[in-house]
Amino acid sequence: MQPLERYASLLEDYDAFRAACERPLPSVVRVNTLKASIERARDALDAEGVAYEATDWHPGVLRLEERGPGTSWPYFHGWLHGQEEVSALPALALDPKPDEVVWDACAAPGSKTTQIADLMGDTGVLVGNDNNLGRLSALRHNAERLGITNLAVTNQDARNFSFKPFGDRTEDEKRIEAFDRALVDAPCSCEGTIRKNPDALERWSLEHIKGIVGIQKGILRRAIQATRPGGIVVYSTCTFAPEENEAVLDHALEEADCEIREWDAPEGFETDPGVTEWNGEEYDPAVELAHRVYPHRNDTGGFFCAKLEVTG
Amino acid sequence: MTDTDGGDDVTDAEAVDGVADADAGAGDTADPPENDGQRFDRLPATADERVVPGRPTREELVEWWEQRYGIPPETWDGHTFWEKGNGKLWAFADDVVSPIPVEGLGLRILRARQEHWKPSTNAVQRFGTDATRNVVVLDSEEATRFAKGEDQELPRWDGDWGYVIAAHEIAGDVEPIGVGLYLHGELRSTVPKGRREDLS
Repeated sequence: MQPLERYASLLEDYDAFRAACERPLPSVVRVNTLKASIERARDALDAEGVAYEATDWHPGVLRLEERGPGTSWPYFHGWLHGQEEVSALPALALDPKPDEVVWDACAAPGSKTTQIADLMGDTGVLVGNDNNLGRLSALRHNAERLGITNLAVTNQDARNFSFKPFGDRTEDEKRIEAFDRALVDAPCSCEGTIRKNPDALERWSLEHIKGIVGIQKGILRRAIQATRPGGIVVYSTCTFAPEENEAVLDHALEEADCEIREWDAPEGFETDPGVTEWNGEEYDPAVELAHRVYPHRNDTGGFFCAKLEVTG
Repeated sequence: MTDTDGGDDVTDAEAVDGVADADAGAGDTADPPENDGQRFDRLPATADERVVPGRPTREELVEWWEQRYGIPPETWDGHTFWEKGNGKLWAFADDVVSPIPVEGLGLRILRARQEHWKPSTNAVQRFGTDATRNVVVLDSEEATRFAKGEDQELPRWDGDWGYVIAAHEIAGDVEPIGVGLYLHGELRSTVPKGRREDLS
């Protein structure tokens, strides 16, 4: 767990942070309201004697006391989807509306994608992209199990995402040339998943982080370009490293037409502001508007999430 | 829980048609256009607008759901229908350009271009809640066997043979579980391998 010691200077209660990282994560499901109301899904769990507790901050995000979600009728019906609690944040920040055109740049295996579809009421066009064809089949399987019909699945490198399949630069009135909103849930060093994957840090190295930062910047840049002025881009990772979080935002603020927007985390969910200084680097003060999620605050995995508005 | 088959309901017919897929879209200009397995094409509204031979129409599809299962035509008002792969039909919540070369477009709802059209498990779970015909309501034990993928004797069913919607009661209402094939007093479960679950 050597890498996490880097963050001692960011945390007053570092010992509590480390202790939380050692504990396994609770098993959590999200209710898929496209197929059942929260009330009905909870009734079905009650009837089967599956014990759960609703999270403080979302009535449809349920912590199960014991077994995994796969072996219950409500799960079989696609009323529930296993999703780590903290990963429900970026779709809420994105706040997609019915009938919009929305991009999930790194969609597989689809927890956040399917949550976005639910928030859109399964209307409009949700483009779920991933560069990994193998992981795309998991995305499709999950989306179909949940009964989602507004998802178009693409297999492109998000950094060079092309609208060509969608009729870009044609006269077709159904063409799509820009998104209303985009989620960049970027590939990252995954430090925040340590509670789920105890070996998550085994291959950690600063070199690896430096490599992945280029990809993160590239995907975020493309998302900002591909989103219409006034549209929203959410950037998230499941890692603590400022190099992959605030530094990537700082780069986007400098290079692209965007501004970070204030976004309140749900009531009852505690987050920390983004950091403006790290290892001798200083970042744009606006990165403070981003949210850091440390495992000991809400008993979840670690996470980072920021909301940007496209300005040009 | 994850499986990689994309939730396909594999049938014998599918294996045979899969061979035909390989030839589709070879594109000999003198021949009539064929289905291209690499892209999605919007279904024609009616037979008058059909260009690709054998391609089902939107009208046929909506009528089929109504005639076979009593699902009201307006259920589909917001959806467009597409074909990718030979006879694999998809429902999409909006509209996009056609053809469109993407990996997935909405929900795969049906297998056509065979004598008996076969709805998918995911389609009946999502849209079968509106069905009023050919719905076999199972008791708790029968439902558990069905979800496990087991075939079972069910002599009490006196409705149509063929593809039926298997359902059960849960949390105060009847809910579709999946697609059964009813033949000779037996209900066969077509729940695909990746969706089967032991819920006993």
